[in-house]
Amino acid sequence: MDYSTFLQILDSTFRLATPLLLACLAGLFSERSGIFDIGLEGKMLMAAMCTGAVAAISGSVWIGVLAGIGGAMIFALIHGLASITFRGNQLISGVALNFVASGITVLVAQALFRQGGRTPPLSGDARFNPIELPFAEALSSVPIIGPLYAEVISGHTALVYIAILAVPVSWWVLYRSRFGLRLRAVGENPASVDTAGISVVRLRYSAVIITGLLCGLAGAYMSAGLQAGFGREMTAGRGYIALAALIFAKWRPWGALYATFLFGFLQALALRPDVIERVLHFSIPTPALDALPYILTVIVLAGFVGRAIPPRAGGEPYVKER
Amino acid sequence: MVADTQAGRQHDAAAPVQAALAIELRGISKAFGSVQANKDISIQVAKGTIHGIIGENGAGKSTLMSILYGFYKADSGQIFINGQPTLIADSQAAIRAGIGMVFQHFKLVQNFSVLENVILGAEDGALLRPSLAKARKVLGDLAREYELDVDPDALIEELSVGHQQRVEILKALYRHADILILDEPTGVLTPDEADHLFRILKGLKEQGKTIILITHKLREIMEITDTVSVMRRGEMTATVKTAGTSPEELAELMVGRKVLLDVAKTPAKPGRTVLEVENLRVRDADGVERLKGISLSIRAGEILGIAGVSGNGQSELLEVLGGIEHGTGTIKINGEVIDLTGKSSDAQSRRARGIAHVPEDRQHLGMIMDFTAWENMCFGYHNDPAYQKNALLMDNDAIRADAEGKIERFDVRPPDCWLPAKSFSGGNQQKIILAREIERNPDLLLVGQPTRGVDIGAIEFIHKRIVELRDAGKAILLVSVELDEIMSLSDRIVVMFDGRIMGERLPEETDERQLGLMMAGVGEGEGA
Repeated sequence: MDYSTFLQILDSTFRLATPLLLACLAGLFSERSGIFDIGLEGKMLMAAMCTGAVAAISGSVWIGVLAGIGGAMIFALIHGLASITFRGNQLISGVALNFVASGITVLVAQALFRQGGRTPPLSGDARFNPIELPFAEALSSVPIIGPLYAEVISGHTALVYIAILAVPVSWWVLYRSRFGLRLRAVGENPASVDTAGISVVRLRYSAVIITGLLCGLAGAYMSAGLQAGFGREMTAGRGYIALAALIFAKWRPWGALYATFLFGFLQALALRPDVIERVLHFSIPTPALDALPYILTVIVLAGFVGRAIPPRAGGEPYVKER
Repeated sequence: MVADTQAGRQHDAAAPVQAALAIELRGISKAFGSVQANKDISIQVAKGTIHGIIGENGAGKSTLMSILYGFYKADSGQIFINGQPTLIADSQAAIRAGIGMVFQHFKLVQNFSVLENVILGAEDGALLRPSLAKARKVLGDLAREYELDVDPDALIEELSVGHQQRVEILKALYRHADILILDEPTGVLTPDEADHLFRILKGLKEQGKTIILITHKLREIMEITDTVSVMRRGEMTATVKTAGTSPEELAELMVGRKVLLDVAKTPAKPGRTVLEVENLRVRDADGVERLKGISLSIRAGEILGIAGVSGNGQSELLEVLGGIEHGTGTIKINGEVIDLTGKSSDAQSRRARGIAHVPEDRQHLGMIMDFTAWENMCFGYHNDPAYQKNALLMDNDAIRADAEGKIERFDVRPPDCWLPAKSFSGGNQQKIILAREIERNPDLLLVGQPTRGVDIGAIEFIHKRIVELRDAGKAILLVSVELDEIMSLSDRIVVMFDGRIMGERLPEETDERQLGLMMAGVGEGEGA
């Protein structure tokens, strides 16, 4: 494999990892607060549709993003209502919301645009456009580093950089701020938070709202960054891969970055069977590559690579004991 | 007025009425559904004293304190803190009023450091760094002042229970608590740790802090409190000066009738050896060795008590003997070796050999909480031909008739075999299990924590039954973290520490001090 092919694959790794990373961080906030969220997929899908539709109508991608965040937020709040206020089963609520999202997105898109459940193709300002980082042109002639900077680092859409920036920000919020301390505590032992006089309900809702926000960005990136417009089931299981990455990351922000970029790299490879065949001299079926993230996650869960311990209070509604 | 009679009753007890009151509760009532947990409770706690509150399980002690800490809202009644009427709507309000609470089950985040736990909810600002620095300094000061040493950077899960409790106390003090409520603080401590806790409490009292101690252990009340209030069935039945009362009187006030505190039993007449254990070893799922070569024997007509702080291998010993866990070594019952690892090593085959097991964790291992009493009373013996109608169907009428007999003989209350197990109190759940196991007439009874969470009245009954079984010539292995229970029931006492036997003592030739040291790993034995 020559250097430029390698750079191409790295470049698409960045693009493919971004929605995974945003969704993974979304799940991280929710699960760290003790609310399991299997509904990342549904929220992303919802956000992708809202963004696609509103961007197409308004012609502005940023208004579209706001709509996407709104769509994901509604689903996040329904999940919060079911699992925090009504203390329902978090898995069932998440699965139900995924089904609803899968149906309602196509329904609304079809009702609005009558294009077979798709939103119209986005172009110009209705879509995210690549940002050239400074000096990309000037540095591109420098060997090795120049092309790496110009091809891989520079030239992505705004959300790619936002997603990467979200990692240190999340880390800082979780480990250096009062909110983060309380959030981590409520996912481990909500009674400790309750007896300290802090509202468990309010904390968990805050977490769920952050999840809605990040899922909104992830979905917006799908329809206005990675692709140009919303299509039926376009998230294609990315919400589940993000959950797998969350386990792989052991519920830590930097881990989320590494895990989603690993999975993004695998997805990028799966798009280039020709490269794999050239390097390995035999072909690996694409489905096998698609399955790799899940296989890796099972290996992690089985305890081969250290231990992945989920937040202790995860999945359980908090009820004051008698 | 009720408050007047209450005050009158307290008059002779809390003699200097003019002494400043840290807490006064007037006419507190609280109902959960149809259960009246607290009925018109009034209590006065003088500043700078240690005030004990005793009562059986379900007497309403914890509910009352949870109301004081803002965890529950009282249906009616008033709270005065330092003479000021105070509305305690939530825990934050209680903390502001200077009340700190150490719950029976600690409210700590296991994978947080001590510092993080201490500042949780009492941070100085949106950023953690300054709060952590301040807490580090304050903890240092508190440690020097009150013997409350804990490594501020240690994770909670690495700390012993005694140290975890200190963190809870530090949490309260860090929030400037003047009134400290401790709910059953010694339940999980070794005698040494309990002594240390009492020293800390005395130190706090000398500094003018007010302490409320909730417990069901009469010994602790007598040892450390100035005044004691007794609760029964949601009501405050008496408040007396500790110096002017006796354990017998308090027990009577708690239960409402005379209680035999000491177990009446004659010297044992040991017969043939029933159980012989040699070099028994057990590893847990993580590969950690939990039993490191246990050897012991029990003869017919004898109670062997295993003392130790929980988590030192007693549970594993019971489980491997009961066929729940696998182990290596030899176990002989009536001279016959039993299989410890193979397919036939399960609870069923142990029962067939005459081993009955009353497990420590009765709600998880002993019964199915949602099933009825009569169903629970046949579990483990459900294949008994007497319970079968034919090859396919069970004879439920026979099982129920059998259960009703057991309920009567073991005085299970309420005597209704159709109630689900979870509707019975801890003591009556235990009676259901004991009835099931004892009436099978086993050669060896394994019994773990027979009276954990059991009312004092039922304790008396359960102890009597265990001694009766011994007198009927059966061997009994008793595991308990309650030293009192071990001392009064056992014919021989073995102390376990860190998966090993520290030594053996006769109850009449030892005392709690000596056993306590052995339980802490100090003293003779291979482990020392």
